[in-house]
Amino acid sequence: MENKIRLEFTGIGENVALARLVIASLAGQLNFTLSDIEELKVAVSEAVSNSIIHAYSAVPSGIVILEAWQDTDSLVIRISDMGKGIADIQKAMEPAYSTEPDRMGLGFVFMQSFMDDLQVDSEPGKGTTVTLVKKISSDAGTFNSSQN
Amino acid sequence: MNLEKKYHRDTLVIKIAGEFDLVTAEEFRRVVDPELERRQVRNLVINLGGVSFIDSSGLGVIIGRYKKLSQSGGKLWIAAARPPVRKILELSGIQKIIRFYESEKQALEAVREA
Repeated sequence: MENKIRLEFTGIGENVALARLVIASLAGQLNFTLSDIEELKVAVSEAVSNSIIHAYSAVPSGIVILEAWQDTDSLVIRISDMGKGIADIQKAMEPAYSTEPDRMGLGFVFMQSFMDDLQVDSEPGKGTTVTLVKKISSDAGTFNSSQN
Repeated sequence: MNLEKKYHRDTLVIKIAGEFDLVTAEEFRRVVDPELERRQVRNLVINLGGVSFIDSSGLGVIIGRYKKLSQSGGKLWIAAARPPVRKILELSGIQKIIRFYESEKQALEAVREA
């Protein structure tokens, strides 16, 4: 049976590590390499941090929803918030663009670099949903099956 | 995150262990900024040897300290980053402005020679 998870948590910094841990654990059940798992952790960390820093900057107790499931040869991860939304998604995704000092504007760059697909849906005042897709490496599958 | 600070003359060495993310970036800022201001630190060496994970929040706080030090004529050096962390640092492009060293000792030697 294919695995699926859904986790709701308060948008506080401490829960970014929790989201990473959940995804690393799920990815570990699939045939991801250690390097893939590291990349998944970074992408999830960026998406959840964005919800906390940007979406809920004025609402510290906002809820973040983390969902993940296997879709044939990929792991799909969806991070949703009901925060302030992004007015200009294209601008938000530009490298080095940031609305906050001390931030590098690299969150979406890392998500794009490490994932096979990235989709951002957002509506100002309603919230943002980021969908990350990572293909399960066929090489890793071969390696694992040869171990059995 | 575990954060240790020590001084070698006018160089502040910060040794970090754990995951360098949104929460720990704030802790880093809270510990390091008063030191930079109070002690008029010229050079900051960040030993990332114990860091198992870094994201753009961790990178952002490093760049922020780099900018602060540059304004006062100081410098920032990174030491001992492990491969997964180094990969993120390289992807961010910060090696164009901040030099990486294999060990804290090598970074401190570079500071002395600078």
